[in-house]
Amino acid sequence: MLILDHLWIIMALPLLGAALNGLLGKNWPKSLINSIAIGSVSLSFLCVLELIREFAQLSADQIPWIGNYFTWITAGSFRVDFALQVDQLTIVMLLVVTFVSSLVHIYSAGYMAHEGGYYRFFSYLNLFVFFMLTLVLGANLLVMFVGWEGVGLCSYLLIGFWFLKQSAISAGKKAFITTRLGDYAFTVGILLAFWTFGSLNFQDMFKSVAQMSSETMAHAGVLTTIAILLFIGAIGKSAQIPLYVWLPDAMEGPTPVSALIHAATMVTAGVYMVARMNPVFSRAPIAMLVVATVGALTAFYAATIGLLQTDIKKVLAYSTVSQLGYMFLGLGVGAYAAGIFHLMTHAFFKGLLFLCAGSVIHAMGGEQDMRNMGGLRKQIPITYWTMFIATLAIAGIPGFAGFFSKDEILDAAGSGPHKNILLWALGLIGAGLTSFYMFRLIFLTFFGHERFDHHKVHVHESPSSMTVPLMVLAFLSIFGGWFAAPHLLGGTDYFEKFLHPVFAAYAPTAGIEQGASLAGSAGASGEIAQSGAMELIHAITGPPVIVAVLGLLLAWWLYIKKPELPAKLAESMRTPYKIIYNKYYVDEIYNALFVAPLLFISRYVLWHVIDEGLIDGIVNGSASVARATGSRLRELQSGNARSYASWVVLGAVGFAVLLLAMLGVRH
Amino acid sequence: MSVIPVSYYLVLSAVLFGLGMVGVVFKRNIITIFMSIELMLNAVNLAFVAFARAHNQLDGLVFVFFVIVVAAAEAAVGLAIVIMITQNRQSLNVERANLLKF
Repeated sequence: MLILDHLWIIMALPLLGAALNGLLGKNWPKSLINSIAIGSVSLSFLCVLELIREFAQLSADQIPWIGNYFTWITAGSFRVDFALQVDQLTIVMLLVVTFVSSLVHIYSAGYMAHEGGYYRFFSYLNLFVFFMLTLVLGANLLVMFVGWEGVGLCSYLLIGFWFLKQSAISAGKKAFITTRLGDYAFTVGILLAFWTFGSLNFQDMFKSVAQMSSETMAHAGVLTTIAILLFIGAIGKSAQIPLYVWLPDAMEGPTPVSALIHAATMVTAGVYMVARMNPVFSRAPIAMLVVATVGALTAFYAATIGLLQTDIKKVLAYSTVSQLGYMFLGLGVGAYAAGIFHLMTHAFFKGLLFLCAGSVIHAMGGEQDMRNMGGLRKQIPITYWTMFIATLAIAGIPGFAGFFSKDEILDAAGSGPHKNILLWALGLIGAGLTSFYMFRLIFLTFFGHERFDHHKVHVHESPSSMTVPLMVLAFLSIFGGWFAAPHLLGGTDYFEKFLHPVFAAYAPTAGIEQGASLAGSAGASGEIAQSGAMELIHAITGPPVIVAVLGLLLAWWLYIKKPELPAKLAESMRTPYKIIYNKYYVDEIYNALFVAPLLFISRYVLWHVIDEGLIDGIVNGSASVARATGSRLRELQSGNARSYASWVVLGAVGFAVLLLAMLGVRH
Repeated sequence: MSVIPVSYYLVLSAVLFGLGMVGVVFKRNIITIFMSIELMLNAVNLAFVAFARAHNQLDGLVFVFFVIVVAAAEAAVGLAIVIMITQNRQSLNVERANLLKF
C-alpha cells in the first residue's frame, strides 16, 4: 500500500524534477538535465504501475480511494481539502499521462539537443506533468482547477518557448487568453456547484445529485446550468467550436510539446472533466445534447479545414480538434467509456503522429510545408512506417487502435440510448474526411517525387532516442485498441467493463445504469441474436470503415495517381476552396468582431478619453491649481520688509477684530 | 489722593503703539524703523505696568523686565545687522535690502 497511502509521490516527482532543473540547471550539462527530467517522469510512471498493482487488491467499496492530506481552505461553511482520489478513470488517465509523458521526454532529449534553453524546456515539461497529474488526481473541483490552470500556464510557457519569435509569443498569448474565456465559465460553474451541493468533493457532489433525482425536476435547471458552465470550460481547454482557434496557432511551440500537451494530454482535460462529472451531466439532458452537438460539429468542421492545410503540423492540429470533437460526441451520447477510450487511443496515435511530424521536420532541417517535401519514405523509413501506422489508426482502418474507439463512439451516436442520427452522420462524414486528409499528408510527405533541393537539405533519420518512442507508440497504435476487441463479437468490452463502476455508480436510473455505455453491445446482442462472426463482419464493413477506405482511395487517386488534379479542382471550385483554405476566415471574423472593437475601445475610449482625459485631467488639474495658487501667493514674499510689516499689522488688526467680535457674541 | 484710572495709561499705550506701528510700516530709514519698534515695545511695557499697578500684582512688572532684556538683545543684534546692511548697500533705505524673496 506504499503508493496508495502516499499518492502525492506520483505528483511530487515531476515537481521535484521541474524545481531542480528550473532553479539550478542553468549551467548543468545536458545529459544531467535530461536524466533528471526523464528520470522523474519515468519514476512517476513506475509509481503508477505499482499503484495499479495495489489498486487491484482493493475491494469494490474501497473505490474511489481518497487520500486526504490537509485542509486547504476553510471559510465559514466553505471547506476544501487538498485531497487526491483514485478510481478506474484516474488509473486510465494516470497511465496515459505518465506513459506518453515519459516517451515524449525521451524523444525531446534528442529533438531539443541543439536548442538553447535546454534546462528551461525540461523544467516546463516536468512542471506540466505535475499539473496534469494534479488535474487527474484531484478529489474535488478546486484541486482539479489548480491542475487545470497549471497546465494552461505550462502550455503558454511552452508555446512561447522560442520567445524571440514574435509569432510564438502571440500564439502563446492567444492560447492563454482564449482558454481564459472558457475558464471564466468554469469558475462560475464551480461556484454554482458549491452553492448547489454545499461541497466541492466529487463524491459528496455525486451523492447529493443522486438524491436529487428522486425529487422534482426543480433541480434540472441548476444541474443543466452547472453542466453547461463546466462544459464551456472544456470548450476552451479542449479546443472546441467556438474557442478552438488557439490550438492551430499553438503549433508554434516545439513539436514534442505539440505531441504531449496539444494532442495527448492537456487538451483532453476537458474530456476527462466531463467524464468525471458524469453524474451531473447524465441528469442534464440538454447539456448532454449541447456536448454532443458541439462535439459532432467540431469533428466535422475541423476535419474540413484539415483538408487543405499545407503545414504538416497544422493538419495534425486541426485533426486533433476534430478528434476531440469525437470524444465529446461520445460523452454527449452517454458513451463515457467510449469517449475515454478514444482519449486513450488518440493519445497514442496522435502523440505518435506529432512525434513523427517532428522527426520529418528534423530530417528536413526545419521545413514544415508539405508542398516542399515528397518522396521521403526511402530516406527516413522508421518515421515513415510509424507514421503510416498512426495514420491507419486515426483513419479507423480495422485492426488499428483508432478503429475500435471511433467505431464505439459512432455506434453509440447511431444506435445507443441517446442516439442522434444527424450527429452520427456528421461524425461519419468527418471520419471520411479524416481518412482523406491524413492519407493526403502521408502521400504528400512520403510519396511522389522530391520537391526540395537535395543539395540544400540533407535528409537523415533521427537518432534512436527519437525513433524508439516512435516504435513504442506505433506498437500501441496497433494494439492499444484491442481491449475493446470483444465488442466486435457482440461481447463485453474489457475497457468499458473496467470503467463501468465509475459511470454506473451514480447513473440516473436503473435502466440506464446497465449502461449508457454498455447499451450499444448489450442492445445489439439482446435484440438480434447474431453470431459473433456476423457481428465481426458487420463491424468491419460498417459505414465508418467504408468512408475511411473511400477517403484513402480518394487521397490516393488525387495525390498519387493524378497529382495534377488537385490544382485543377482548386481552380474549378475557386470560392469554396478559398474559404476553406483560409479556415473559413474565422480568425479574421473574430478579429473584426472582438479584437478590433476591443482595441478601438481601449485606444479611443479608455486611453484617449478615460485615461488621458479623466485620470490625467484630475492629476494634472490638481497640479496646475496648486501651481496657479502658488504663483499668486509667492508675490506676497516680495523681499520688502515694509510690506511684511504691513501684513503683520493687518493680521494683528484682523485678529483683534475677530477676538472682539467673538467676545461681543458671547456677551 | 486721586488715582489716575488705568484707562488713561492704556490709551497712552495704544497711541504710542500706533505711532510705532505707523513708523514701522511707512518709514524707509532703517534706523527710524528700529526706533519705532522700540517705541512699540515700550508702549506695551507701559500697558503691563499699568495693569500690574491696577491689579496689584507683580506679574506685569516681571514681564516688563523680560521685555527690556529682549529689547536690549534685539538692539545688539539689530544694530549689527543695520551696520552690515549699510556697509553692503551704502544706504539706510530698507527697500534696497530686498533680495530675500522667491
